[in-house]
Amino acid sequence: MRSEASWGLKLAALGGLLFLHLPILLIFLYAFTTEERSYAFPPPGYTTQWFGVAWNREDIWPPLWLSLKVAAISTLMAMILGTLAAAAMARARFFGRDQVSLLILLPIALPGVITGMSLRSAFGVMDIPFSTWTIVLGHATFCIVIVYNNAIARMRRLSGGILEASADLGANSFQTFRYVLLPNLGSALLAGGMLAFALSFDEVIVTTFTAGQQSTLPIWMLNELVRPRQRPVTNVVAIVVFAATFVPILIAYYLTRGGSETAGMGK
Amino acid sequence: MTAPAILPAKGAADRLTGVFWRRPGLLLLLLVTPPLLWLGVVYLGSLAALLLQSFYSIDEFSGVVKEEFTLKTYAELFRAQNLDIILRTVVMATAVTLACAVLAFPIAYYAARYAKGPWKAAFYLGVMLPLWSSYLVKVYAWKLILAKEGILGWAAEGTGTGFIIDGILSVPFLEGSSLSTSPFGTFLVFVYIWLPYMILPMQAALERVPNSMLEASADLGATRSQTFRTVILPLALPGVIAGSIFTFSLTLGDYIIPQIVGDSSRFIGLTVYQLQGTAGNTPLAAAFAVVPILIMLVYLSLAKRAGAFDAL
Repeated sequence: MRSEASWGLKLAALGGLLFLHLPILLIFLYAFTTEERSYAFPPPGYTTQWFGVAWNREDIWPPLWLSLKVAAISTLMAMILGTLAAAAMARARFFGRDQVSLLILLPIALPGVITGMSLRSAFGVMDIPFSTWTIVLGHATFCIVIVYNNAIARMRRLSGGILEASADLGANSFQTFRYVLLPNLGSALLAGGMLAFALSFDEVIVTTFTAGQQSTLPIWMLNELVRPRQRPVTNVVAIVVFAATFVPILIAYYLTRGGSETAGMGK
Repeated sequence: MTAPAILPAKGAADRLTGVFWRRPGLLLLLLVTPPLLWLGVVYLGSLAALLLQSFYSIDEFSGVVKEEFTLKTYAELFRAQNLDIILRTVVMATAVTLACAVLAFPIAYYAARYAKGPWKAAFYLGVMLPLWSSYLVKVYAWKLILAKEGILGWAAEGTGTGFIIDGILSVPFLEGSSLSTSPFGTFLVFVYIWLPYMILPMQAALERVPNSMLEASADLGATRSQTFRTVILPLALPGVIAGSIFTFSLTLGDYIIPQIVGDSSRFIGLTVYQLQGTAGNTPLAAAFAVVPILIMLVYLSLAKRAGAFDAL
């Protein structure tokens, strides 16, 4: 086994990474183009006017607020439910444990269109009108597994000894949770929450089934993609969405460096 | 009369702690009930509603859903046009999975066996960021790339390689006025979007191949390509299969990409979306949604037999 990679392998690996990243840069470039009717490359001219135009477009703000609201509520619910599930699964072996872990994974293992269509059918059968909460219902369901994966990875690395030590020193369960478990778990939970937020903010497949006539920012973008007007404005919004997912991911990465929490299999 | 405690219980919290200590099952139950209730009611309940709907049918004249048990809706899946949709989706998912495996291998192999220190972190982030970053933004980026007047067309014109694009667009089944309206464009975008899902499990599997085996193989006189074929590839296979679960399943269900890039031929996901939305035929949409579930169940049981779950 040679310790140096061949040039062919290096080129293929680096080429693959570039293939993954270069397309996203174009989004930024096209936000500054003066051409609003086609995707002409290279852009005929450059301008920063679209940022101002996007700021003044009144149809962008309500979807943005809705997306933020949904992502915040879903993340909070997923953090509570995911942490509880992880605490139970990390502690003990019990009857039906494998089934429970499959159930937690299922919303993400099956294609989003199935989750969306299922929820849509349930709302139909039970005559539930579409609202912010129907969107949250879907988002929280597939965000649980993200928080769960992060939390359980950290709990497995955590020695059970410190919990026993805390009890031996006279702390009750709640004090142990507050002063021992939570500080140790904190960064993993925060990372899970960040990823869940990123996932929820940008989710479109399940949302189209659960939103009815409401419009989240990704749904607004989808409509613009199908029926474009002022294309560079879509790019400005795309940059916002990209930033709203990119920054939490980076934070999550730094919070869980060295561990195996964000191994990516959550999404 | 119970034995006196060393530390006398002070408040409700302490007494509860005592209860949890004596009955660990109770604490477990309290912990697991809320998430289980949520997933059981919201998710499994919804899946049940989906199944229920798929056994209803729609009245062809009034367009009203008839809430009686029937297999008529499932029978409709076997119409030629619907079988076409299912077949097209499965072929696309297979092609995308194979292309992802080929493209992912060098990246995963390099990251697992050669990248060290900061390069390792760079490769890890380099795969993680595209995996998690906005799906819709990535699809949009490809719309910009594949448009007739876009960067690919510009590059092809500049280098005189436009005949390659024209060649692809003249292949049967891949026709279109530009790559962004050709099924080949749909395929490209699928491969791009799901590629990171293939790289990560592949890399994990390759990292578990012990160096000593490769040395043993070399000691026994195997050439590099023999070692690759007979040692590395079989050991990496569970990782490839694990990755293929994601690429295959995600392609089966996606309906955004074919809507934005491609010749608007229908895939399962898009059909489900259109049937429940504009057509209002929820039963048929539900029956169509059951198809990927069944395909994935078969796929998962095959993958399990190949040992892919250990690589997840």
